[in-house]
Amino acid sequence: MTPDNPTSEKHYLRLRHNVQHRLSLVPILGWLLGALLAVILEQLAGDYLVDALDMDKMPSLLGILAIAKDIKYFLWQGWDQLVIIGKMFAGGAFSGVVSVPDPFQTPRVLLYVFLVYFLPIALFGTLTIRPANWMADKLSKLPSAVSVIGYLILLYLVMHIWADMSAYRGMALRFTLIAVMLTLSLNVINGYMGEFSCSHPGFMALGAYGASVVTVVLFANDKLFGAALLPKFLAPAFFPLALVVGGAVASFGALLIAVPSFRTRGDYLAIISLAFLFIVKSLIENLEIVGGPRGLKGQPDLASLPVVFTWAVLCIWTINNFVRSTLGKALNAVRDDEVAANAMTVNTRRTKMTAFLFGAFWAGVAGGLFAHVLRYVNPATFGLQKLAEVLAMVYFGGLNSVYGSIVGAVSISLLSEALRPFELFKWVIIPLLLILVMIYRPTGLIAFREFDVRSVLKPKQNPESEV
Amino acid sequence: MALLEVHHMSHDFGGLRAVNNYSLNIEPGEIHGLIGPNGAGKTTIFNLITGIYRPTEGDIRLDNASIVGLQPYQIAARGLGRTFQNLQLWRHMTVLEHVMMARYSKLTYGLVGAFFGTPKRKREESESREKAQVLMELFGVDRFANQIVLNLPYGAQRRVEMARAMAMEPKILFLDEPTAGMNPEELIQMMEIIRRAHRKFGVGIFLIEHRMRFVMELCQEIQTLVFGEVIAEGTPEEIQNNPKVIEAYLGSEMVE
Ligand SMILES: Nc1ncnc2c1ncn2[C@@H]1O[C@H](COP(=O)(O)OP(=O)(O)OP(=O)(O)O)[C@@H](O)[C@H]1O
Ligand SMILES: [Mg+2]
Repeated sequence: MTPDNPTSEKHYLRLRHNVQHRLSLVPILGWLLGALLAVILEQLAGDYLVDALDMDKMPSLLGILAIAKDIKYFLWQGWDQLVIIGKMFAGGAFSGVVSVPDPFQTPRVLLYVFLVYFLPIALFGTLTIRPANWMADKLSKLPSAVSVIGYLILLYLVMHIWADMSAYRGMALRFTLIAVMLTLSLNVINGYMGEFSCSHPGFMALGAYGASVVTVVLFANDKLFGAALLPKFLAPAFFPLALVVGGAVASFGALLIAVPSFRTRGDYLAIISLAFLFIVKSLIENLEIVGGPRGLKGQPDLASLPVVFTWAVLCIWTINNFVRSTLGKALNAVRDDEVAANAMTVNTRRTKMTAFLFGAFWAGVAGGLFAHVLRYVNPATFGLQKLAEVLAMVYFGGLNSVYGSIVGAVSISLLSEALRPFELFKWVIIPLLLILVMIYRPTGLIAFREFDVRSVLKPKQNPESEV
Repeated sequence: MALLEVHHMSHDFGGLRAVNNYSLNIEPGEIHGLIGPNGAGKTTIFNLITGIYRPTEGDIRLDNASIVGLQPYQIAARGLGRTFQNLQLWRHMTVLEHVMMARYSKLTYGLVGAFFGTPKRKREESESREKAQVLMELFGVDRFANQIVLNLPYGAQRRVEMARAMAMEPKILFLDEPTAGMNPEELIQMMEIIRRAHRKFGVGIFLIEHRMRFVMELCQEIQTLVFGEVIAEGTPEEIQNNPKVIEAYLGSEMVE
């Protein structure tokens, strides 16, 4: 460091270094417990804080919606205001400023998020480095299934308490988990296998309708399918079956694409799968038995948060297992050099078929869950907009990476919610983002990273060492 | 009856006869050389035997069973491992992953194991990892085990290809110009490595090479191919003194 550096800057640098160092020592357990503390705090004191800050209501998704509304107000009003200001200047009488929307929420929302989430989590995380690492160390010595389930329960608790505070949060969280499943399963095909498939919304539709038909026929008194065949209390037990049926229908659809597409090398898949997407959509639109273009409603309320959470975990677990096995890595070999893979005993055709059907299965299950969260499906949902959204999640998050898919699905879901006030512009902005990502970072944010659960959860510091 | 037999194999690319009436016998553990000028059809012969192309005429028998018409992965699993003239590695995969991948046909845990991580899978994968470790050490690439293969020096990439091919436990290893682009020092090293692998695993070797000294020193039996036809075959001495061979090469490369 140069001698003429002011000491205050030195202090600042040292402080920053210390903070970064301490943050890096917080194990996942510390962050999770911090988050648990934060959501409990919010449940206890959130309403008081809302009153104290004179806000309309509790921010739903970290305040992004309120901020987006303010931004929209400025963008929409800004133009009018500029015109007014311009006129005033022209008249030589400048007196007013741009008026502020009446309940202008952004600063209050930010303060709320800072006080309720950021501060408790950061403080708890950094102050409990020693005990949290000690506990993480103890947990890591248990059989890994036990410790992972422990972490999952903790994570679920955080989500549950957080989502319990408003119906909107519950919906948004479940849709985000479903988006993670969709993204990850598409990443198997477009990332790990390196093909370009456009049929994911179609698989999702097949799964949604497949699962819905099962549950509606069995458990709902429906105009189209008649009276319920089984008593309602059996429904939760049959729901996994319904989802698997949905997944199987989607896999069957995938088989119809895979047989012609994987016969020879070439970019047939992109075109065939896009055609498939349109065929599925118009097939459903013309199938009066499932409601045609009006859609199918009456799904029993089966996709609660714990159910969706469990299926999302299953999805991540099996896909991550698959892509880390030699059988799954064969996908990478086929993508990087198919001739070499073939010459090294890899059955390339079977490898591609398996992965494609497997990805479609999970898209189908995600579709089934989607239909039961919304308790209504219609064919219009599963079109090009959905395709753009899920492609954006995959390519933004990162190819060939479970981390990437989780990050991509969560961030694009949040963005998508934030863009909701902008209505139609959402469908300009998301495809635009997709194009930008593909140009400037073709493999995405966190590409080609292995997701090793044990190393994620391991303590960040030797428990014996000093802090 | 030899381990690998090729009977009167011919292959046409459109109107071009790239290989004409080619026959071959390789006994277990034999080192067999194939030399010839550029474009003679050497690589095409490799591709025909390993199933990348299907011969227009003729028969190929491994362990006395015809392998014509089988897919390359099936032929490979029956015991023909190979390397490529222009390195064909998987650009996003590590060295260890390369070597383990070639054990694909040995894995029996199936999709259940792949999706749910059964104990059987753990056992087979760790066994596979141990075998890969041995091979990486033998070919001198163990210190790169967890590196992406593209980051390795050229010579090491060549050795990764050989370790990968050996991981499938082949009966015959096909090497397509293993010393291409190597300096004399690396050449000696490569010869030593091939000898060691040959001694250790008793694997048969079918070798395409342009460097005469290398071929002459390693091979027991050599064929010379010109315009898709074998013009001479025999022991290194016989080949070296064959006037047709000398003519084909115009003495140019024999000097080396
Ligand atoms: N896929 C193909 N389609 C058409 N012609 C081909 C094909 N592969 C090879 N050839 C032709 O067949 C002939 C033999 O090629 P091959 O690659 O087998 O030669 P080679 O002996 O391996 O030569 P080199 O020493 O340069 O590697 C050449 O004339 C080549 O142009
Ligand atoms: Mg060649």
